[in-house]
Amino acid sequence: MTRNIPATLAELREGEEACLDRIDLPEPEARRLMELGFLPGTRIAAARSSPFGDPRVYRVDGSEVALRRETAARLMVRESPEIRGE
Amino acid sequence: MSNVPSSSAVVAARAPETSSASRTVALVGPPNSGKSTLFNRLTGLRQKVANYPGVTVEKRLGRTSLQGQDVLLVDLPGVYSLEPRTEDEQVTHDLLRGRMDDVPKPDAVVLIVDVTNLGRQLTLAGPILSLGLPTLVVLNMADDLKRRGGTVDVDALAEQVGTPVALVSARTGEGLSAVGEFLQGALGVPRPVELPIISNVPSCRQWSAEVGKRARYRNPLPSIWTRRLDGVFLHPVAGPLIFVMVVLAVFQTIFQAAVPLMDGVETMIAVSGGWLQSALPESWFRSLLIEGVWGGVGSVVVFLPQILLLFIFIGVLEDSGYMARAALIADRTMAKVGLEGKSFIPLISAYACAIPAILSTRTIANQRDRMATILVAPFMTCSARLPVYTLVIAAFIPEEPVYARTATMIGLYLLGFVAAVLTAAVLKSSVLKSARTPFMLEMPSYRMPTLRSIGLRLLDRAKIFLRRAGTVIMATTIVLWFLASVPLQNGEPPEIAESVAGTIGRTMEPVIEPLGFNWRIGIGIITSLAAREVIVGTLGTIYGMEADEGSLELQSALQSDLTLPGAIALLIYFAFAMQCMSTVAVVRRETGGWKWAILQFAYMTALGYVCAFAAYQILS
Ligand SMILES: Nc1nc2c(ncn2[C@@H]2O[C@H](COP(=O)(O)OP(=O)(O)O)[C@@H](O)[C@H]2O)c(=O)[nH]1
Ligand SMILES: [Mg+2]
Repeated sequence: MTRNIPATLAELREGEEACLDRIDLPEPEARRLMELGFLPGTRIAAARSSPFGDPRVYRVDGSEVALRRETAARLMVRESPEIRGE
Repeated sequence: MSNVPSSSAVVAARAPETSSASRTVALVGPPNSGKSTLFNRLTGLRQKVANYPGVTVEKRLGRTSLQGQDVLLVDLPGVYSLEPRTEDEQVTHDLLRGRMDDVPKPDAVVLIVDVTNLGRQLTLAGPILSLGLPTLVVLNMADDLKRRGGTVDVDALAEQVGTPVALVSARTGEGLSAVGEFLQGALGVPRPVELPIISNVPSCRQWSAEVGKRARYRNPLPSIWTRRLDGVFLHPVAGPLIFVMVVLAVFQTIFQAAVPLMDGVETMIAVSGGWLQSALPESWFRSLLIEGVWGGVGSVVVFLPQILLLFIFIGVLEDSGYMARAALIADRTMAKVGLEGKSFIPLISAYACAIPAILSTRTIANQRDRMATILVAPFMTCSARLPVYTLVIAAFIPEEPVYARTATMIGLYLLGFVAAVLTAAVLKSSVLKSARTPFMLEMPSYRMPTLRSIGLRLLDRAKIFLRRAGTVIMATTIVLWFLASVPLQNGEPPEIAESVAGTIGRTMEPVIEPLGFNWRIGIGIITSLAAREVIVGTLGTIYGMEADEGSLELQSALQSDLTLPGAIALLIYFAFAMQCMSTVAVVRRETGGWKWAILQFAYMTALGYVCAFAAYQILS
């Protein structure tokens, strides 16, 4: 199955992962995200979402952090996603 | 119920206690790394521990004595860095810099990290070491690391960070002797090692990765249980279904399983009351004791088993890590009303008591969101409402069909929640409008709640409940007893309706009559301004004084005072009205003035009145 390369974290589906490129948010928020492990160059995997689809849990740097879709859409990723077997 | 610190604790405000200790040591670390657990181990105190970030929002002092050496330990809110973003983080920041009036600058720091994710947790080590204070790095959760097959070379790590390192489990107590040795030993400043640029997160993270690698850190396997449980609890169908079933089961238990226990307590109170009655000579003091204390305080104490059952449930929720998932599930609703998902955690903890809930809003970064959360938290059904609800429901809602009572109770809980959410929506779309702050919530691994931790919570809860019964409730019922016994008529106490208390009640009767309440309920509404459950004690006292033999038959007495519509109006009034002075005081403190506290009080009381009025008029 081919699909456009996702440009943001919000487009990752459950089980997919990608490499974070940059955070398109103001400094204090970007900083807090980095402290939680969202550093450019880090691999991030999309895990379960809330039963209502949003927010979603992301596996990043050994822990799990939930983000709303609107926030995830500001995290730019690069390279095509790999489907990982769960 | 108010979350008063236990009396054995050194409350931060009491400065003299801090001066005698020979050294002050701060416990610092990321949220949820086990700081409070370690603090409790070392001091024997009971700082609240729970499995989600943002539980500790204030500094808490405790002392530990090691071979004559007195050490003052400070438990602190968790931080990810030394750049504070929220009010609770500011506390940690100020304390480490020695900017607190009541606590000296720490002589040493214990940095506690969760060793199951060493790389990320040690990101904080750079900034902490750069403070130049003697530091011990505690790698906590050794038990978990071992179980999941991770390893670390402690000596190599100590070499890398230039300061002592201890691998411990604060939960099991393993390895704690090393912490004791550090606390009483000669404190040496860390050997200079190459540190990262501390204001730069990537640099700190890279440094910690490097350190971890040199210490031959092997990551543990991911917790399979966490993934499996999330698969169930966050499942689109099973998740909400399980949630609803658990809630039903809990309320059913609170009603059914609590009954024999409550009957037991009731019998004990009745028997001891009867014994006192026959042992003491007839006097005004005997009536005060029997009608005021036994009748008033006793009728509240009856609810202890029920409240403890509720707290078993809350304890399991908090200790297991489900709380963070609940916040995730609720986030959509929170987002719709314009609040951040983090607001949900204070709102859930308000089911226990609004006061700790209001304190825990300090973890909310956006000031306007925080304010909105404070203003709506008291709508959540706190445990002090439980005795009132149970009493009225048991007296007026039939036992058949099976779920009638449970459904009424759940309805009341929902009512409070809906009022909270709608009020928040109004506030957030008007006076407290703000840009949305991104929601970022770390999901802790699920942990098995331990019997010990649940048991300790229940013990603390029982203490708080009984202390309240022995202070606020006892005081109000005694005052009430006196007001209901004067003025004497021909040397005899008057009919209650003619007494001072009765006159007050009858004066306000015209105001509450449209709600279906008479003057007795009116007295209860006034006394329970102090705390909601006081109305139960008040009615216990009034009925006790009216009945000849001081009977505790509260339910049947209530049935003669209220009609079913009036009972429903009373439930609705208590669901909305702010009948709790301690909450008003805390809101004033946390919002920095009377303005919001008074507005909130007026709004909640008005809402309670109007809705109770509407309910009574429609139903009758
Ligand atoms: N398995 C394990 N769990 C722990 C240990 N220490 C703390 N915990 C758990 O970790 C969670 C957070 O603990 P807490 O002391 O509240 O962390 P704080 O936020 O740093 O104060 C709680 O569920 C504790 O029971 C430990 O050594 N081993
Ligand atoms: Mg804590």
